[in-house]
Amino acid sequence: MSGMNLTLKVWRQNGPSDEGRMVTYKVEDVSPDMSFLEMLDVLNERLILAGDDPVAFDHDCREGICGMCGMVINGVAHGEQRATTTCQLHMRHFKDGDEITIEPWRAAPFPVVKDLVVDRAAFDRIIQAGGFISVPAGSAPDAHSVPVKKEDADAAFDAATCIGCGACVAACPNGSASLFTAAKITHLGLLPQGQPERDSRAKAMVEQMDLEGFGGCTNTGECTAVCPKGIPLDTIARMNADYLKASK
Amino acid sequence: MAVTGAVLVLFLLGHMVGNLKAFFGADAFNHYAEWLRTMGSPAVPYRVLLTVVEIALVVAVVLHMWSAVSLARRAAQARPVKYAAKRKSQANGYATHTMRYGGVIILLFVIWHLLDMTFGAVNPKGFDADPYDRLVAGFDPSRWWVTLFYVVAMIMVGLHLRHGLWSAFQTLGLAGGRSYGKLKAGAALVSLVLVVGFLAVPVGVMIGVIK
Repeated sequence: MSGMNLTLKVWRQNGPSDEGRMVTYKVEDVSPDMSFLEMLDVLNERLILAGDDPVAFDHDCREGICGMCGMVINGVAHGEQRATTTCQLHMRHFKDGDEITIEPWRAAPFPVVKDLVVDRAAFDRIIQAGGFISVPAGSAPDAHSVPVKKEDADAAFDAATCIGCGACVAACPNGSASLFTAAKITHLGLLPQGQPERDSRAKAMVEQMDLEGFGGCTNTGECTAVCPKGIPLDTIARMNADYLKASK
Repeated sequence: MAVTGAVLVLFLLGHMVGNLKAFFGADAFNHYAEWLRTMGSPAVPYRVLLTVVEIALVVAVVLHMWSAVSLARRAAQARPVKYAAKRKSQANGYATHTMRYGGVIILLFVIWHLLDMTFGAVNPKGFDADPYDRLVAGFDPSRWWVTLFYVVAMIMVGLHLRHGLWSAFQTLGLAGGRSYGKLKAGAALVSLVLVVGFLAVPVGVMIGVIK
């Protein structure tokens, strides 16, 4: 069985201060069973053998839970396959002869480190601003000692599945980090342990988000559509409600 | 965006209902226009309430535009390097992507509309005519391009509200969980009612129901 022949247009940038450019590569004999990252591995092996610089891209777990492998594929964060990280996107979704454009997340608060790798430390600073619970909790309590409503537990867990990949920012026409920030605010704000700091958390995290230079939310819904974990848009409504209450 | 938008939506609803008075003839329409000026009389002097409403609307429009411009500027600053590939919308919200240019079209329309119907500057009958005569003359079939502009602008208003209405609830933190279906359906319904209501009068003049 012969594989696919693809044309890749990849963003190459030597370092943060380099201007960067799109470079075209041909990749031959790509198996449909490969993941997108494995296809890039094939390209990189060839580049290394030829003495060229391999394309830098972030990756870690390659099983869709670490949030490292962000890249914009043909104008869509993580590619067009819904609820999928780039590492879980398989080449069977592409056709022989396809031209694929690959770019890093584009946002001022996510500076490009090299090629497709961006620095997402802005997300860490948003979490540091309030995305935690500062109660000395001791050892794990008995499961039923503090009752939590089923709906709240479900919604909190849905929000907690955020892997911080940054696709929401990359896809947002405004470059807003609202979905990421709202996911953490929702996750903690729905659980009893998160109540004491609920107001200060919402205020601090939203203010840090704005300080980092992310854009404002205009409710386009692009974030939730590309989110590999399907974080729902109502987390943003909850963030807005908490923020407005805290700002009173 | 949300609060000023809400003020403007309330105005649109009132304006649309008032417009429909045109179907009850010249007297009903002109009387309605006069009533807007004598609201609250004799307790409130002539044209005071109307002026208050006008000032509130101008403030709402200016703040709404200011919010839009600052959001657009923040968005531009947040993404200094654009994507090479054309961004494909994944959220299938056509209306959402008309908000900015649609807003500009609506602003141009409002300027024309005030010059046409309020100040009479671009109206064939001018400022001294009755409101009803200005209305009928303004949408005369010979001025089909004016009517066409109204139609385009009203469709833009409809699209603007299709996104803007539910979006306001989201911004104010009033949306959640299962309410999205109802909010979006409600937004679509209100938008449709407003578009149909507003277009009824120009179309009525064009086909001769209002003359």
